[in-house]
Amino acid sequence: MPEQLTAEPRPARRPAASPQVDPAAPGSYDGPVAQPISKDDVAHVARLARLALSDDELEQYTSQLAGVLRHAADIEALDIDNVEATAHPFPLVNVLREDVPTPSLDRDEVLAQAPEVDQERFRIPRILGEAP
Amino acid sequence: MSDDTLSGWEVVVGLEVHCELRTETKLFCGCRNVFGDEPNTNVCPVCLGLPGSLPVLNKQAVEYAIRIGRALHCRVQPSMFHRKNYFYPDMPKDFQISQYDVPVNADGWLELPSGKRVGIVRAHMEEDTGKTTHVGGGGRIHGAAHSLVDYNRAGVPLVEIVSDPDMRSADEARDYVDELRAILVATGASDGKMEEGSLRVDCNVSIRPQGSTALGTRCEIKNMNSLRSLGRAIVYEASRQVEVLSSGGSVVQETRHWDEADGRTHAMRSKEEAFDYRYFPEPDLVSLAPSQEWVRAVEDALPVLPAERRRRVAEAAGVQAGSEPVATVVRLGLDALVMATVAAKADAALALRRLANEVAGQLAESGVHDIDPDAFVRLVRMEHDGELTSAQARTVLKDFVADGGDPKAIARQLGFEAMGSQELAGAVETVISANPKEWERFSCGDDKLVGFFVGKVKAATGGKADLRAATEMLRRRRGA
Ligand SMILES: [Zn+2]
Repeated sequence: MPEQLTAEPRPARRPAASPQVDPAAPGSYDGPVAQPISKDDVAHVARLARLALSDDELEQYTSQLAGVLRHAADIEALDIDNVEATAHPFPLVNVLREDVPTPSLDRDEVLAQAPEVDQERFRIPRILGEAP
Repeated sequence: MSDDTLSGWEVVVGLEVHCELRTETKLFCGCRNVFGDEPNTNVCPVCLGLPGSLPVLNKQAVEYAIRIGRALHCRVQPSMFHRKNYFYPDMPKDFQISQYDVPVNADGWLELPSGKRVGIVRAHMEEDTGKTTHVGGGGRIHGAAHSLVDYNRAGVPLVEIVSDPDMRSADEARDYVDELRAILVATGASDGKMEEGSLRVDCNVSIRPQGSTALGTRCEIKNMNSLRSLGRAIVYEASRQVEVLSSGGSVVQETRHWDEADGRTHAMRSKEEAFDYRYFPEPDLVSLAPSQEWVRAVEDALPVLPAERRRRVAEAAGVQAGSEPVATVVRLGLDALVMATVAAKADAALALRRLANEVAGQLAESGVHDIDPDAFVRLVRMEHDGELTSAQARTVLKDFVADGGDPKAIARQLGFEAMGSQELAGAVETVISANPKEWERFSCGDDKLVGFFVGKVKAATGGKADLRAATEMLRRRRGA
């Protein structure tokens, strides 16, 4: 039986995932609050995602991501102890296919998309470092 | 591992084993899963990571994962898939679909032939990566001019089995991999071929002072492609860490590469930043929640696994389950012959000895003929009943194992036939006249002496006598 979701925030509950979020500030998007994410954090994430961002862009994304994180903090402040966790918005599990081969692509067509080809393989520049 | 090198220290080993599943197709697409096909012939928009393509989970891969999980006594639980993000050309999507905080199998154990249990933390599903070949620089990544990628392997289903840090020596680590491989092969989930890369082992090695229970800083060793390299790498790495700590240094947690040629581990090129895979739930896949019925059906269909086979053989032969001969015959798949001996009410302990010593040795040296259980049991009987001396029986066994055939016929060809009854009677008479006092006591009912006389007959005939016939003859002679 599904439990009733209670919207009343429990004051003692701190957001778990973003400890930098000011717990006193959920819901207030305007006004000066402690930044839940720093420009360095954004630069780090951008580097991981191989995004080249200008300084202006870093500023812009830092403030936008801060808004997203404050919203997440609001949700985390809710008492959801009695709500069953879901992994996906659709009520579906076990979407499976039979182990039956289907035709693959034509190799020439595939390799025609590669910047360079050598010995029927994708030829790629020198790699720095081992596979993670 | 020499005790000198490690004196005062204990090595602690945990293993991560990736095994490729023996499905017809890949994990999320219908491309064929075949080792050794022409490069880039088994690829499609899904496994090439082309925009707009969507993964669909292979049911057979899930079944294999459940087989592995249950064979390792894991809990099979509802699970989900995550994206593990990294940029490397072996994965064209720039992420690998794996399982993160909720793996399909968790909390199991594996029993080594010694009887020791190694904890299994998890056995989760994920997709394999493409295969890169480094050109120039001797095939090593450093110094390579460029690399070539074949995506046939990208998306092949894997199960990664993570053990607890429960192993305490290189030998134990090898036993673990050997046992795990035997289980994987028995379940039919994987072919367990290390040389073809369908079984890949990474190990975490740390050391600590003997008697300590805290774990030391560990290094992860990669690139061992045989059990032998695994053992060598652990021995080397443990002594390297002993040296570091003994000279006042500290072990740095890092990934190290095993170099088979120089017999050392090397720190891999230092990364600019620690790996941050930014795992997040794979939005294109829904949860996996195998029903209890499915799990039970898969479990019921599992074959008898090596640990249970060892228990059965040990019980049949009346020896310890953790004993070496038992482990050997099960590892080599010879246990059915022991069980056939038991079923025929012949000497199972003798069968076990011959299989674990002579037959196992022969197997290691050369191929063998399929061994016919009935004929094998007949040979065990011939030895047990004294028709053949143990030396003769071993010679017959060798020919029989190499070429098959009927043990009696082989014995006859080798001239090991028990001597005729005339000749035997002559030998018995000689022995009696040579030992009058003992014969007197035997004749008066001291039956223990039958063994004494049989032994004398055996010696006098150079082991050719049928000892059961000799025994009967001695008893008849006494009654006369
Ligand atoms: Zn494909």
